[in-house]
Amino acid sequence: MKSKFIPLIFILIFIITFVIFYKGLKNPNIYTPSTNLEKEVPPFELKSFENDSIIISEKIFKNNDYYLMNIWASWCIPCKVEHEFLMKLKNNEKIKLIGLNYKDNFKNASSFLNDLGNPYDLIVSDRDGTASIEWGAYGVPESFLIYQSKIIKRFIGPINNEDLLEIQKLIR
Amino acid sequence: MKFIHIFLIVINILNFNLLKADEIKSENEIAKNLRCLICQGQSVYDSDSEFAISLKLAIKDKIQQGMSEEEIYSFLKMKYGEWILYDPVFNRNTYFLWLLPILIFLAGGAIIIKKFYYKK
Repeated sequence: MKSKFIPLIFILIFIITFVIFYKGLKNPNIYTPSTNLEKEVPPFELKSFENDSIIISEKIFKNNDYYLMNIWASWCIPCKVEHEFLMKLKNNEKIKLIGLNYKDNFKNASSFLNDLGNPYDLIVSDRDGTASIEWGAYGVPESFLIYQSKIIKRFIGPINNEDLLEIQKLIR
Repeated sequence: MKFIHIFLIVINILNFNLLKADEIKSENEIAKNLRCLICQGQSVYDSDSEFAISLKLAIKDKIQQGMSEEEIYSFLKMKYGEWILYDPVFNRNTYFLWLLPILIFLAGGAIIIKKFYYKK
């Protein structure tokens, strides 16, 4: 009785371990924060991109409009990729684009916009990156869809055609 | 009189140094307990990614605003999720993780007791 029982336990342990490791092998172990959170817009006071005037968040996000807060920088290659989709969104009247210029200098950023076009209605600059921390962002590019002062959708990484369609569907 | 004056100034300067050192110490302590989201597997303290540099600055600001260590952790947890903390919180998802060492310890203890006492 005892001699039959012990090998059975060993086989069972082996199978359980195998299943756990096999499943773990397929899981991606890079963590990305969740993208579907209804959160209030974090209040901020930032300098405008063009001049040194201070812009307060409460004055930007008015209630019944959609806003896309896009974190970008001229040194970020994926930002160039998503730029054409932002330009397409510019033509949509229901949404306003707010740019947050992340750790950039004015000269490079303005030549970036001159070359590729400026999709933004307003640009604020975040010189040291601390404002992006308040938004829960951890890289560029990152975008937040805002409605009634709430973040309704978050896009980590460059916006692609699929995201563009999703945004257009959400703001219809 | 002049001597006392200089003495007081020196004492004051030394005290301010202590205050500053304290701030830097807790700043580093917090950064060591945070996982960098860009280069996962490294702490924010060790990392030199743009994100980690900004986060260190943000922590410094928060300390200067008078936030406690706990408040900063809960702020970051709210923004980035629990993953950013190296110390996993005790909840439904993690109690297996926390209790497993204790269970193994108890099982080992039981085996030892059985071997030594019940043999006699």
